[in-house]
Amino acid sequence: MALTGVEIFKLLPKTNCKKCGHPTCLAFAMKLAQRQASLDSCPDVSEDARRILGEASAPPVRPISLGVGDKAVKMGEETVLFRHDKKFVNPCAFALEIKDTLSEADITKKIEDVVNSEIDRVGQKLKIDAIALTNESGDAGKLETAAKLISSKAPQVPVIICTTNLQAAEAAVKPFDDRRPLIYGANADNAEAMANVAKTFKATLGVSAKGLDELSTLTEKIKSFDVEDMVIDSSARRAKEILEDNTLIRRAAIRKNFKPLGYPVITFAQREDSLHEALIATIGVAKYSSIIILSSIEKWKNLALFTLRQNLYTDPQVPMQVEQKIYKIGEATPEAPLLITTNFSLTYFIVSGEIENSKVPCRLAVMDCEGLSVLTAWAAGKFTASKIAQFIKESGIENEVKHRDLVIPGYVAILSGSVEEKLEGWKVTVGPREANGLPAFLRARAT
Amino acid sequence: MAFTPPKETHAGKVYAVTIGSGEGAVTFGGENVLPFNTFEGASPHRPVIAYEIQDVLPSDWPENVQKPYEGVSGDPATWARFCQNTLKAKAIALRLVGTHPDRENRSPEDAAKTVRDVLAALNVPLIILGSNHVEKDAPVLIAAAEAAKDRNCIIGKAQEGNYKTITAAAMANNHKLIAMSELDINLSKQLNILITQMGFDKERLITDPMCSALGYGLEYTYSVMERIRLAALAQNDLTMQPPMLGDVGMYVWKIKETQAPESELPQWGSTEERGIAWEATTATALLVAGAELLIMRHPMAVEAVEKVIEELV
Ligand code: SF4
Repeated sequence: MALTGVEIFKLLPKTNCKKCGHPTCLAFAMKLAQRQASLDSCPDVSEDARRILGEASAPPVRPISLGVGDKAVKMGEETVLFRHDKKFVNPCAFALEIKDTLSEADITKKIEDVVNSEIDRVGQKLKIDAIALTNESGDAGKLETAAKLISSKAPQVPVIICTTNLQAAEAAVKPFDDRRPLIYGANADNAEAMANVAKTFKATLGVSAKGLDELSTLTEKIKSFDVEDMVIDSSARRAKEILEDNTLIRRAAIRKNFKPLGYPVITFAQREDSLHEALIATIGVAKYSSIIILSSIEKWKNLALFTLRQNLYTDPQVPMQVEQKIYKIGEATPEAPLLITTNFSLTYFIVSGEIENSKVPCRLAVMDCEGLSVLTAWAAGKFTASKIAQFIKESGIENEVKHRDLVIPGYVAILSGSVEEKLEGWKVTVGPREANGLPAFLRARAT
Repeated sequence: MAFTPPKETHAGKVYAVTIGSGEGAVTFGGENVLPFNTFEGASPHRPVIAYEIQDVLPSDWPENVQKPYEGVSGDPATWARFCQNTLKAKAIALRLVGTHPDRENRSPEDAAKTVRDVLAALNVPLIILGSNHVEKDAPVLIAAAEAAKDRNCIIGKAQEGNYKTITAAAMANNHKLIAMSELDINLSKQLNILITQMGFDKERLITDPMCSALGYGLEYTYSVMERIRLAALAQNDLTMQPPMLGDVGMYVWKIKETQAPESELPQWGSTEERGIAWEATTATALLVAGAELLIMRHPMAVEAVEKVIEELV
């Protein structure tokens, strides 16, 4: 919650000297409150006022970077509780837990799984973002050995070192000096010493406490040691607690501008049962976790979680669009039917899904209508006979298919005559109104 | 700095809806908080998962979700009893997909007979769904609603194009009703208003804002559900207070990710586990968004979602 104009005014010099370019200090304060001016314009503002105003205007959830280079993960900076209000900013990171009790071969295998986890989905590259090395052995030497192995095999992958043991933390974080690792971390007993380790290695500090009250106290304490890059853990492990604590943390940060909890949240989702773990992670993705630790990363599970994260972190205000082109669905021969629709991604997904479902290989011409659905695009004059004709002609499809038969959506049956007129040599067939009529329609044509 | 939990209480409340009768009856809805936010209010009933069955062989379902019903899915009553007795289903959703004109085109009388057979086999509540053919669903659901008279079923789905007949049928035979519109909070609100203007009690309604599968528009359903639930609670909008349905199975088991063989797409991993995870993930996301009633297909996905509900309440 930012300060109001009047609250800001109280902190200004109140001399109305106009050096800021505004007639009065109050006018300047009002502009500041609306974020239409910068405090730097006033040369006479006190250090104290600068600090208070700086804190109040900082983002409610502190931005944190994990790792460096193009594999670095950004977290925090969230501004809302619900995605329909505004886009969720930084997609939560998935990290695979690697225990230091595993053999070198097993650790190597897990590192490779992380490195090879990347999947392309609708044009985005999605992957397991980080490795969380845990000090299961309780032994500093073992943790260090495993850390060195990870550092040499996957130098790009961001790393989370999980131990509360000071010596172990120091030894294991050393190979990642200057690579923005995360040390998880600090608790009420080791806070000052761990803060020093984090400072020495420029690491982010994972802070854990029992419940939100203790956690707030602890982050304040650590901040007093000059460490501000933190991620927080309230010790919630059951789904109900994760949902409750994450909700309260996000609300406190955003609605109350409560700084002690204005940090990204780390969630430990590990379970014996991999599917159960995927569902706990699902709750974390939906409800405000910034890092989710997993114990296993099977391919089926990755695909589901990556897709979920991609879905929930899209911008709700921008209709998702797919690229204008002619998509092949199944083993489409030159004789395969050709259908046309608009490039609203939901339309595309539903139509292509029903074509898949029909098991009849087809070509689907997806026309750029600025992400509008068929009826809306038609009403807006973007899905018209002449535009359809132009798109078909320029697409080069006439060299690709043997027939000259175009299936148009049933909702725009009215266009069939004029498309035939404008698209010489082509016959237009009116398809079903709803996509779920496609399987029957296509199967009937195929026989 | 001391932490005061920023708890929120709401003026509005979701209606509790009870379906079925006797020992098998179940209730869902009734909460005055956002999904599972029990730390700041009451959430007296758990979400309910209904097993989906249909009036014809599920030859249109992918093999991996046909398999668990091998040997029972040839007869709807046997299938329903299997779900109830062996899988411990708390409710059954019978989809009369065989009545679709492009499918077997079964008659309303056939549909009514199936409904009677299934009801005779069950103690748990029944949800009766048409084939989602706006014109054909009207006579089919009239016949089905009569066949199930006074059994306190859910009839669905009433849509803009057919809500009058279907609402009348549900009203005349004492059933609950699903009102479905397509991914738009205003359309949902409008349909609920139209239906209640016919004299249908709004406390007997279930809103279906239309499901979409993970990867195929899930975020639209997710956000419409969140907005409907916020309207119900924070704005105390009475027309948005019926509980919500996530018709998950049907949407999930027709997309590529639940069917494509691993041999073709090795980077996607095991087809069977992928399909189950897809259904369970979609369902869990919708629960967190506000669904109180789910319709699902794969027993292992249902089991996994029940397990997560157990951990959420
Ligand atoms: S420069 Fe500073 S002191 Fe001068 S009018 Fe502007 S706000 Fe007031």
